[in-house]
Formats: sequence, structure tokens, C-alpha cells
Amino acid sequence: MKEISINLNFEIRSVWVESSETLLDVLRDKLGVKSPKCGCERGDCGACTVLLDGKPVRSCLILAVEADKHDIITVEGLSADKLSALQEAFIQYNSFQCGFCAPGIILAVTELLQKNPHPSLLEIKESIAGHLCRCTGYTPIFDAILAISKGDK
Amino acid sequence: MALAHDFDYARPQSMAEVLDLLNTHRDKAKILAGGTDLIVSIKEAMMAPELLIDIKEIPDLGQIHREGEQIVIGAGVTFTQLLEDPLIKSHFPMLWDAAATVASTGIRNRATLAGNICSAVPSLDSAPALLCYEATVHCESKSGLRQIPIHEWFLAPRKTLLQPDELLSKIEMPIPPRNSTGIYLKLGRYNGEDLAQAGWGIWLDTENHYRIAHCALAPIPKRAPEIEALLNGNALSDALIERAAALVESAIKPITDIRSSREYRVHISRVMLKRGLLAARARLQGEEVEPKALLGGFA
Ligand code: FES
Ligand code: FES
Repeated sequence: MKEISINLNFEIRSVWVESSETLLDVLRDKLGVKSPKCGCERGDCGACTVLLDGKPVRSCLILAVEADKHDIITVEGLSADKLSALQEAFIQYNSFQCGFCAPGIILAVTELLQKNPHPSLLEIKESIAGHLCRCTGYTPIFDAILAISKGDK
Repeated sequence: MALAHDFDYARPQSMAEVLDLLNTHRDKAKILAGGTDLIVSIKEAMMAPELLIDIKEIPDLGQIHREGEQIVIGAGVTFTQLLEDPLIKSHFPMLWDAAATVASTGIRNRATLAGNICSAVPSLDSAPALLCYEATVHCESKSGLRQIPIHEWFLAPRKTLLQPDELLSKIEMPIPPRNSTGIYLKLGRYNGEDLAQAGWGIWLDTENHYRIAHCALAPIPKRAPEIEALLNGNALSDALIERAAALVESAIKPITDIRSSREYRVHISRVMLKRGLLAARARLQGEEVEPKALLGGFA
């Protein structure tokens, strides 16, 4: 076992882990952060996405030890005070049904909007390619993101 | 829950430390950069290393830089870094195109070019570009440095010249002449994760020199010398493009697999070569070309 410390949602958290534990498992089972979901466990679905040093990554393909001394943000951190404009738009446009894909997509798009506040539909599609949604057919997800990208929120 | 297989983890801070660890542990150790391929292989029990050596904290390995007339890409450089580097976009458009087709943003933020060529799968998107740009692979070990031309690197599916005590430390490419350009066309079934059903890289210059390479169409990615020989010295014309397309079937050795049939791969390769040649010429003439739009665009 090794002790690692992660800046998780703006709070330094220390935890003992095995080298072979994934970041996803440690976040969910040892640190109680449940928004990253375990879908495919092999990088294909995007449900386990977190922001690592600001960039969306697949936490099922990262070892917890690799995240030692790095910054991790999940939706719990995004909406600590209140929901972000993007999250509000997801509610307004019914952009999720079961919600399994939503945390990953919201994090990926949050990063996209930071880099590029007014993305085109093509850029939006590119940024969430690799995030599978089995419920919505994606249209309401694009609508919510487009609404944000057209406004100046 | 941990991965079924247990291993040690080292995060060395210098090249010397990495080479020492590799020298001691050899094929019991695996280099961990992005991990997007390695962690899946461990999960699926295709590999059972005793030690993972994380190279992400070695200074320099995470850099792209220019050394005279060469560009040097460190082993820790991710596809996202390639896409964000102005030197890559302006001088190595075919590599830029390929990087843009690799999986999805979340994977590209971790996956490295070096890791990609170590995985050596037949459908390797970055390979046609490295073959056309005539890259050199640097492999370092305690016994020294080997510089391997990329066309010798791939031996068979998932097999390369890399030795167990070696680290692929960087990839070097000569900056191509200003009067040349390239394009990479990838056919996948959907955006976001799919491996190539077929991939073609096309390079040309204003003096009618051509370099053509493909992936997913033979056991290893390859140049197509017979097509290059036909094209070299000739300006593109409809008749010449047709003759090049007629050589496609003999230049590739595709198989039927879950992603497509052999026959479809042959057919679509002819289409890709024809459209790719015209698109590369359009780029050479200064037009903006979006390779994804050439094959039906976004789903
Ligand atoms: S659970 Fe990580 S990508 Fe599917
Ligand atoms: S809302 Fe159910 S998977 Fe997207």
C-alpha cells in the first residue's frame, strides 16, 4: 500500500491505495465521490470521466497512484456552491434521462467551453465523441450545449 | 476493487533511473505513459507485468521541440499536445490529421504517440504519417542508443524492434520542405473510439514526388512503393489517378474482421486513394481541406 494525496475538488485528500487500484475505484469506494460512473471499464464509454489537472480523462484507465499530487475535479466540485450554467441548461433541455452519462459529458463540455466559449455543433460533437448515451439520442444534449455556447454565460 | 493482477509502481525522476529499472527488471517491467492501452491489456490479462515504470515525470520526455531541421517528440507527448502544437499543424499536417482521429478527447489527453507505436496494432493511425515523414525512433538502454528508421520498426501485429531493456525515448522527423504537404484519411464506423477500417496517408510536393502509406490493410502499417513508383515524376491527372487506384489491390493485404470485410477494404481503399490524392493536391494549392468531410463527414 502507498499513501497518496490528491487535490480533490479543491480539498487535499490523503488515502492509502494499492498500485493496482484505478482512480475510478478509489474515488468511488475510498473517497466517496460517486459521480464518476463505471460503464465499460476500458475507455470506451466516457462515464468515468474526471478532470485531471483541468483536462478530461478516463479514470478507469488511470491508476490512483498516478494521480498522486495532482488536481482532480468531478461534478461534485463543479457545483459545490450552485449548479453551473451548463448544468442548469441540461435540466432545462431534459438532456439526461437515467443520468449515467451526464457527469462525464458535463465535465468534458465544461473544459471545452473554457477553451472555446462559442463552439460550433461540430466542435461540440467532437468533444463528446466517445461519451455514450443510451437514453437521449444526444439531440437534447447538443441543444443544451448550443444554448450555452450562443449565450454569453 | 483493484485490478485482478497486482504489480509495483515506480515513478522515477531521471532517465538514468528508468534505464536502471529496465535493466534490472527487463520483460517483467512495462513502461507506463498514457496507460490507455497498457491498463486495458492488464485488465484483460493480456499482460501481467510485475512493475510499471511511470515516465511522466522525466523532464524533456513531455516536450515537442525543434532541433535544427528536425522535430523531436518525447515519449510522454500526448495526442492532445500534438494537436495544440503550431509546428505540427503547419509542418506535419498528416500527423495532425491522424492525431485528430485517435479515439476521443478523453483518450487523446493521456495517450502518447510513442505508446501508440509501441502497441503496434495494424490499425495504427499515426503510422502512415510517421512512414511518410520518414521518422526515426530513438531507443535508449544502459548499453546505449539505437536509432531505428520507422520502416524497420514494425515486425508483426503487436511486435516491434523494441528490446525489453530499452525505452523508446523520442521520435524524430525531418522538417519537410515548404513545397510539400500531406493528408491522412481514416475510415471508421463512427467518431469517438473506433479503430480504422482503413487508413491512407498521402504526401506530395510541387515537383511530383509522392509518398503513400496505409494502415489496417496489412499485418503492419506500410508504404506502398509500387504506387509511389507509378506516380513519381508525373503530375496528377484523372488517368494517372485511375492507374494508381488499379494498383491498390496488389499493394495491400487486408483481412476480414469485425470491422469490415476484405472486399470492402479493397474497394474503399481505391476510393480513399483517389479522393486523398486530389485532397492533398488541393492542400498543396492552399485550400482548407477537412479530411473527415471526404468520407461522408460526421455521423
Ligand atoms: S468506464 Fe471508463 S470509459 Fe467507460
Ligand atoms: S441519460 Fe442515460 S445514458 Fe445518457
